[in-house]
Amino acid sequence: MAESNLQLLTSSIFKRNPIALLVLGICSSLAVTGQMTTALVMSICVTLVTAFSSMTISLVRHHIPNSVRIGLQIIVAATLVIIVDQVLKAFYFGLSKQLSIYVGLIITNCILLGRAEGFAMSNPPLPSFIDGIANGLGYGFVLMSVAFVRELLGSGTLFGVVILPLTTDGGWYPRNGMLVLPVCAFFLIALIIWILRTFDPSQQEKE
Amino acid sequence: MEHYINIVIRSIFIENLPLSFFLGMCTFIAISRQVKAAVGLGAAVLFIQTVTVPINNLIYVYLLKPGALAWAGQPGLDLSFLGLLTYIAIIAAVVQILEMVLDRFLPALYNTLGIFLPLLTVNCAIFGGTLFMVERDYTFAESVAYGIGSGGGFFLAVVALAGIRERLEYADPPAGLRGLGLTFITVGLMALAFMGLAGMEM
Repeated sequence: MAESNLQLLTSSIFKRNPIALLVLGICSSLAVTGQMTTALVMSICVTLVTAFSSMTISLVRHHIPNSVRIGLQIIVAATLVIIVDQVLKAFYFGLSKQLSIYVGLIITNCILLGRAEGFAMSNPPLPSFIDGIANGLGYGFVLMSVAFVRELLGSGTLFGVVILPLTTDGGWYPRNGMLVLPVCAFFLIALIIWILRTFDPSQQEKE
Repeated sequence: MEHYINIVIRSIFIENLPLSFFLGMCTFIAISRQVKAAVGLGAAVLFIQTVTVPINNLIYVYLLKPGALAWAGQPGLDLSFLGLLTYIAIIAAVVQILEMVLDRFLPALYNTLGIFLPLLTVNCAIFGGTLFMVERDYTFAESVAYGIGSGGGFFLAVVALAGIRERLEYADPPAGLRGLGLTFITVGLMALAFMGLAGMEM
């Protein structure tokens, strides 16, 4: 392992961002970006689950028979997601209702299995844990950027706090209805990919 | 009967899994370069969705729901927290069994669907279909209709996207948008078009 732990952390956020580059885990990332709060909670959940599942897989990696490794990785992930889900239900019931099925869908989030399979199976626990955190943060970065634009321009608020007073409430900002629709998350992700790839031409696809 | 047809139509056109809930995006975008592959993937999803949603419905109603174990003399038991773990295990098992059955009895179909089957265990659309079924408290018959409808919706969306992407090969976008970026914009436009179908009912 030539990379230091710090390099591992930063490179996964920008240079190897799981969503922009590897098209991993975008399922859930779009649907929860209507508000900053849900996006933040989702990012935290994914980061924690990815980090701990990578660490767990890495701890037992020498004892896993090759033929059942995918099943085992899914079970580790599912157990961790159940814990997250129960914690959310117990302490933040409103939020867990808003996130609805998307918390459960962390199990099938490709980032999780991708990191378990691609990194944790061949590396010791600590780097795996950091790799999990880094990929979770990379995911969170895209998620929060999309949510920032959507909540600010779509409903004039950030984390529910009014930033741009809407015309409907006597302010000056006319709400942009387009950004409230889930559809525009697609366009925003496309923009982020475009920007990332313009600054780093090595990531562009060949013709 | 009309109720069930409505569920099918609604889950194909209005609540389309990839286009309005963003489920199954990873496979949706990865395997939509060619129409032929997309048809294979769509058929596999339709097939598995039709099988797993009703099976998971039975599991939920008779084993996991609060009070579901009354037939075993345990009316106070609530196992619904085990849901996530059980559904994913069931899906993985069904996919595996299906793969072996197809390989043994329908080798021609296996050769077309084969490579997509293992992928589908971790496809959010399959898992999401089951979770929606639980969240909306569908009965067994409703969940069969929902399985067919949501699978059919995925089929329609992935084949349509593949058709558009084949044409896009001839386009000349900015270098940074090539491939992934342009696909996202296409999907966004498709989703906008599907929104026009909202409110459609029998």
